Amino acid sequence: MTEIYTLEFSWFLIFVVLLTGFSILDGFDLGVGIFHLFSKSDEERRLMLNTIGPVWDGNEVWLVTAGGALFAGFPDVYATLCSAFYIPIMLLLAGLIFRAVAIEFRSKQPMAWWRWMWDLLFSGASLVIALGLGLVMGNLIEGIPLDNQKEFTGDFVDLLHPYAFLVGILVVALFSMHGVIYVLMKTEGALHDKMREWVNPAIILFIMMYAFTTVTTLIYFPHMADAIKERPVFLIFAFLNMLAIANIPREIHHNRDGRAFLSSCMNIACLMALFGIGTFPNVIRASNDPELLSMTIWNSASSSKTLWILHLIAAIGIPVVLAYTIAIYYIFRGKVRLDSTSY
Amino acid sequence: MDVEILARIQFAFTIMFHYIYPPLSIGLGLLLVIMEGVYMKTGDEAYHRMARFWTKMFAVTFAIGVATGIVMEFEFGTNWATYSRYVGDVFGSALAAEGVFAFFLESGFLALLLFGWERISPRLHYFSTIMVCLGAHFSAIWIIVANSWMQTPAGYHIVGEGLGARAEITDFWAMVFNPSSVERLLHTVVAAWLTGAFLVISVSAYYLLKKRHKTFAVNSLRIALIVAAVSVLLQAVLGDMSARGVAKNQPMKLAAMEGIYETQKGAPLVLFGIPDSESASVKNEIAIPKLLSFLSFRDLNAEVKGLNEVPRKDWPNVMAVFTTYRLMLLMWVLMVLVVASAWWKWKKGTLLESKGLLRFMIVSVLFPQIANQTGWIAAEMGRYPWIVQDLLRISEGLSKSVTAQPVLGSLIMFTTVYLFLFLMFLYLFNEKIKHGPDEPEEETPYHGLHSLVGGIGND
Repeated sequence: MTEIYTLEFSWFLIFVVLLTGFSILDGFDLGVGIFHLFSKSDEERRLMLNTIGPVWDGNEVWLVTAGGALFAGFPDVYATLCSAFYIPIMLLLAGLIFRAVAIEFRSKQPMAWWRWMWDLLFSGASLVIALGLGLVMGNLIEGIPLDNQKEFTGDFVDLLHPYAFLVGILVVALFSMHGVIYVLMKTEGALHDKMREWVNPAIILFIMMYAFTTVTTLIYFPHMADAIKERPVFLIFAFLNMLAIANIPREIHHNRDGRAFLSSCMNIACLMALFGIGTFPNVIRASNDPELLSMTIWNSASSSKTLWILHLIAAIGIPVVLAYTIAIYYIFRGKVRLDSTSY
Repeated sequence: MDVEILARIQFAFTIMFHYIYPPLSIGLGLLLVIMEGVYMKTGDEAYHRMARFWTKMFAVTFAIGVATGIVMEFEFGTNWATYSRYVGDVFGSALAAEGVFAFFLESGFLALLLFGWERISPRLHYFSTIMVCLGAHFSAIWIIVANSWMQTPAGYHIVGEGLGARAEITDFWAMVFNPSSVERLLHTVVAAWLTGAFLVISVSAYYLLKKRHKTFAVNSLRIALIVAAVSVLLQAVLGDMSARGVAKNQPMKLAAMEGIYETQKGAPLVLFGIPDSESASVKNEIAIPKLLSFLSFRDLNAEVKGLNEVPRKDWPNVMAVFTTYRLMLLMWVLMVLVVASAWWKWKKGTLLESKGLLRFMIVSVLFPQIANQTGWIAAEMGRYPWIVQDLLRISEGLSKSVTAQPVLGSLIMFTTVYLFLFLMFLYLFNEKIKHGPDEPEEETPYHGLHSLVGGIGND
C-alpha cells in the first residue's frame, strides 16, 4: 500500500474543502434560485433574491477556485473530466452565465415581461447547474470508460444513465432544502411564515431522495463502502450526517433558524466527506477496468514542486480569504430588507 | 469543418467576447478609486454621487466579465485537454493563484462596494473600493503571466516522452517573470485603464452634448481625461517595449506583424501596404527605410528575421496579423487625437460648444476596445503554429476524445447566448446612461424641515 499522507493527498483534501465550501455557500444560492418561481409577488421575489444579493458572487468563486485547484494539482483529471463531460459542462457554463446575468439584470427594469424573463432564466439556470453537478457526481461514483492514455472512450449518451439522474435529483433536493432554510433564516414577516410552510416538504423530499440514493448506491456500487469497511472509524461521518439531518426539523420547531442552517451546512459537509471517502483514491473511476485504468490522486497529480508552490499559495491566500469572507457575512448579517442598493 | 478549426473559432469567439469586460472592470476600478478618493478628501457630495453612478456601471460589466470568464477556465479542459495535460503543472499554478488572490478579493469586496453604502463607514467603503480595484489588477497579473509563459516559456523542463510529455516547473519565479511577462502585463493593464477612461469620456461627452447632468459630466470628464492622457503617453513607451520584446523573443511574430518575408539588414517600416503570402511580398507599400530595424533593435542596420526562416506551412496568417497590428496602432493615434483636442478645447473654454468634438468623444469609447481586440488578435495569431511557443503545436493541444459535433454545437450555443447577452447589456447600459446619476434635491428654505417630517412619517 502506498504512503497516504503525501502532498497529493493534502492537495486533494484542499480541493474537496473548496468543493464543500462551494456546495455549502453556493448551494443555498442555487436553492433560492430553484424556489424563485414558487413565490408569486414581485416583492417576495426581490426579497428572496436579496437574501443572496451581496454574497452569491463570492460563493461562485469557490467553484472557480476549485476548478483552478484541480487544473493546477491534477491536470490530467481536469483534462479528462472536462473533455469527457463536454456537454454537461457546457450546459453548466450556460447555467452559470444566465444565473449571474439574471440576478444582475432582473430588477434594473420595472416591466413585467423583463422581470418574468429573468425570473424564468434565473430559476431554470439554478436548476440546470444543480442537476448538472449531480449528474457529474453520479458518473464519478459509477465510473466512465477510459483508455490507457486516460482518455474518455465513451459517448455523451453513456453519461445519461438513471443513477446519474438520481444523484442529480438528490443534489437538487439537497440545495432546495438548504436554500429554503437559508431564506427562512434571512427573512421576517409574511415571507418568513411562508418559508416555514415550505420547509417541511423540502426536508421530506430530501430525506426520501437521500435514503433511496444510498440504498441504490450500496446495491449497485458497493465499492463506495469499501473504505468504510476497511476503516470503520469513517462511520462517524454517516452518523454525524444522520444527526445533522435529524436536527434540522428540531431546530426549526424551536424557531432557531440559524442553528437549523448550520445543521444543513453540516449535512452537506458530511455528504461530501462520504463521497470523497467512497471514491478515494480514485478521482475518476474507470468503469471498464477500475483496478488498472482509474485515475487516482497519485497517477494524475502535478510534480511535487508544483504541489509545494500550490500549498504555499493556499497557505498565504486561504486564511486571508476566510477572514474577509467571514467579515463580509458578518456585515450583512440579520434579516434582509429592501433599500436603494438592493437588486 | 474539423475539430481544430472549430475549437480555435470557439476559443477566439469566447475570449474576444469575454475581453470586452475585464478591461472595463480594471479601468473603471481605477477610476472609482480616484472618484471616491476625491470624495473622501473633499467631502464633496457630487463625487459621492459620481462614484455611486459608476459603481452601478461597474457592477454590470463585472457580472458579465465573471460569467464569461468561468467559460474560459473550463474551456481549456473541454476543448484543449492535451494542452491542459501538457501545461497544467505550470499554467495551472498561475490560474489557481488567480482564484485565491484575485477573484475572492474582487467578488468579496464588491459586495461591500455595491451594498455597503449605507451599512459601513465611508472609510471601510473606500477600503473596499481599493480592494476591488486591486483584485481586478491581480487577476490581470496571473492570467497575463500564464499567457506570457505560452509566448516565452521559462522556468520549466520537459518530463516524459511522446504522448506523455509535459512541462513541469523548475523555478516558479523564472516562470512568473518570464522574458515577456512584465512588459506585456504593463501594456495590457494600461490598455485597460484607457478602456475605462474612454467609457467615462464617452458618457460624459454624451451628457454635455445633451446638456444634462452638466456638473457631473464635467467632473467625471476631468478625471477621465487625466487618466487617459497619462495612459496614452505611458502606452507609447510600453507599446515600444512590447514590440521590442517581440522582436527579440518571437522574431516570426514580428515578421508577420510587419510583413517581413525575407531576412534583411536595415529593414524598412511599412506604414501601409497589402501583404501577400503567395508572392511573399507586400503590395502597394509605403515604407520608411531602416526604421523597423531602428525601432526593434535601436540600430539602423540591425538584421530583422523574415518568414523565410521557417517552412511555409508554419507561417502565421500574415494578412490578419499585419492588419490587426496596424489597426491597434491607428486606434492609439485616434485616442491621442481625442485627448489632445479635448484638452485644447477645455483650456480654451469652448469644449461645450464643440458639438463635433463631443460626438467624436462619444464614439471614442470604441477606440480602446478595438485596440484591445486587434492587439490580442495580432499577439495570438502571430504565435501560429504554436500554442506554447516552440514546444507544443496548436494541432497537438486538442482534446482527443472530443469530436467536431459537440464543439460546433457549443459554438452555436455560445454565439446565441452571447449575442443575446450583448444586446441585453447594451440595452441596460443605454437605459442607465439615459437615466443618469441621481441628482441632489433642490435646496429649499424648508429643506431642514423635510427631514424632520420624513422622520416622523416613517416611524
